[in-house]
Amino acid sequence: MTESSTQPLAIETKQLTKIYGSGNTEVVAMQDASMQVKQGEVVALLGPSGSGKSTFLTAVGLINPPTTGQVIISGQRVLEGPNAYGNLRTFRRQHIGFIFQKSNLIPFLTALENVQIALQLNGETPVASRSRSLELMDYLGIADRVNNLPSALSGGQQQRVAIARALANRPSVILADEPTAALDSHRGRQVMELFSQVAHEQSAGVIVVTHDQRSLDVFDTIYEMEDGKMQRQKQNSSSKNAQ
Amino acid sequence: MNLATKDIRYNFGRFALTTVGVGMLLMVVMGMGGIYRGLIEDATLLIDRIGTDLWVVQRDTRGPFAEISRVPSSLVHRTLSVPGVQLAREFVYHTVQRERNGKPLRISVLGLSWPTDKGKWIPLTAGRHLAQSHYEMIADESLGMPLGEKITLGKETYTVVGITSSMISASGDGIGFFSVADAQAIQFDVPGEAVRLERAARESRGNRIDLTSIQPSLLDNAVRPAAELPQIPRPQASAVMVTVVPGTSVQQVADIISAWGDVSVFSRSGQRDLLLMGNVEKVKRQIGLFRILLTVIAGVIMALILYTSTLDKIHSIALLKLIGASNLTILGLILQQALLLGSLGFGVAYLLGSQMFPNFPRRVILTDYDLWQLAGIVFAISIASSLLGIWKAMKVSPNEALS
Ligand SMILES: Nc1ncnc2c1ncn2[C@@H]1O[C@H](COP(=O)(O)OP(=O)(O)OP(=O)(O)O)[C@@H](O)[C@H]1O
Ligand SMILES: [Mg+2]
Repeated sequence: MTESSTQPLAIETKQLTKIYGSGNTEVVAMQDASMQVKQGEVVALLGPSGSGKSTFLTAVGLINPPTTGQVIISGQRVLEGPNAYGNLRTFRRQHIGFIFQKSNLIPFLTALENVQIALQLNGETPVASRSRSLELMDYLGIADRVNNLPSALSGGQQQRVAIARALANRPSVILADEPTAALDSHRGRQVMELFSQVAHEQSAGVIVVTHDQRSLDVFDTIYEMEDGKMQRQKQNSSSKNAQ
Repeated sequence: MNLATKDIRYNFGRFALTTVGVGMLLMVVMGMGGIYRGLIEDATLLIDRIGTDLWVVQRDTRGPFAEISRVPSSLVHRTLSVPGVQLAREFVYHTVQRERNGKPLRISVLGLSWPTDKGKWIPLTAGRHLAQSHYEMIADESLGMPLGEKITLGKETYTVVGITSSMISASGDGIGFFSVADAQAIQFDVPGEAVRLERAARESRGNRIDLTSIQPSLLDNAVRPAAELPQIPRPQASAVMVTVVPGTSVQQVADIISAWGDVSVFSRSGQRDLLLMGNVEKVKRQIGLFRILLTVIAGVIMALILYTSTLDKIHSIALLKLIGASNLTILGLILQQALLLGSLGFGVAYLLGSQMFPNFPRRVILTDYDLWQLAGIVFAISIASSLLGIWKAMKVSPNEALS
């Protein structure tokens, strides 16, 4: 590790536990999950279905607060159990790009507008937000579909619009829940490489939940979840970033 | 980026249909107000146009508009002798229903006191005022009688020489203006048979008294003109209108005349109040109630529509919150749609209304005041009706975007 140790971590979670329900319907979806992601680091999160990956990701994304544990983003403590420090919605808008397991677009906005809205909510001008959106969508190969409504796009195209929206604000944290499930292997790899590129260019911390074994070489670190427990698996030796 | 208009664009059909529906409802509310204004206008129009100072009517009646009043024609001369009276005119007013081309024709017959009053105060849209004391009339255009049309009323035939507009009686019938003598002839027309019967009755009564056997020529009285037959009523006026010499106290003149035992006196505003508080008051409350009801219904419908359209958007709203939209953005989305719905509905109401209201059988008057008032009400119900949707949207948790 050659990075300066004084640099704050992009993401740090301390012993996140999430318990759904109570009594005999109680489900411990996540237990003492801790993780540290440095700026510029790209993390893959693996694990079988129902192991708590989405639960972890939404907790880090400040969408679904944990029952106990801390979430620290860019050195700032944001969540302590279910208690928030500051306005979570503003924090999300400024710092976090989230790509959901199911593509999640606003049906009454065109593809372009779906990306633009994220920028404009953050105070970007219409002109600037438009060119930034077009640039991203061009890279993701959906430039010819910008004026279509989500209902007229294929699943993979919708997912790419969602990726463009998540990256639009140059967030310091990117959280992606199986972003490539609906994509062919070529596109899937391209998206993973985009995450890695963005992570390095913007010094962002990236966590990607994936089942795609073929793209694992793109990641710096691999974690695995099993029955709600987090385990750091290995430093990825084949990663181009590994020194 | 305006989310409200983008959502409307997406759901355009539904929004357009809703707007038209709300618009038609508001049109009815608007029309109700207009009908009320028209009613007041019609009721008081004649009183205002005639513009006389005092109305002298049959004692203890509220005539001649609110109820029937009968005063002798000679009352004109009596009132003229009161100091301070500049002008006294007979007012003859009654409604006849005849048939024209197989359809009922209702004419409110109004007598003009020829030659002092030739109807110069009547605004004409065509033709001329009365130029002779008999057999001419000025017709309101709602009667549908063209210039030059001849109509037989009683024993005489009258020619339409002038057309006026919006001269309507309180009950909504078009007014026909005649000279007083003609108006009375129409009102008190006695069929020939009635005259012959009265003469016969007179003669048989005469035969029963001794005097006629001594002086048979007295029986000649029995064949005198109809107007002189005692059993057949003498033409009477409905009221006498008095104009006071400028500078004289109207109250003083009114006091003198009302001291007479056979008449009551009303000022112009008194006469207006009689009409407005009597006939129109109940209608006003009735229409007012309907307006309130319809406005509430419009509000409830708008609230329902905005609420369901918010429910349809719950996922989008959750997603917007997820990507960091503030509550103000969400509130703006719903409120703007509500206001747009309200104002477009109002526009539809106005456009449809101004096309349709002129074809209504009675007058519908849209005053600026009423329109502004309704606009204010629509604004208020737009906001109020969006509250339910806003409340729902505020409660939505960002998590709902994930399910
Ligand atoms: N809202 C909820 N209420 C109750 N239990 C829940 C809820 N959400 C998730 N769970 C449970 O928590 C556990 C973890 O779910 P999670 O969605 O995190 O799994 P996952 O690893 O993302 O699975 P997948 O790979 O299928 O997406 C599961 O057993 C799930 O049933
Ligand atoms: Mg999942």
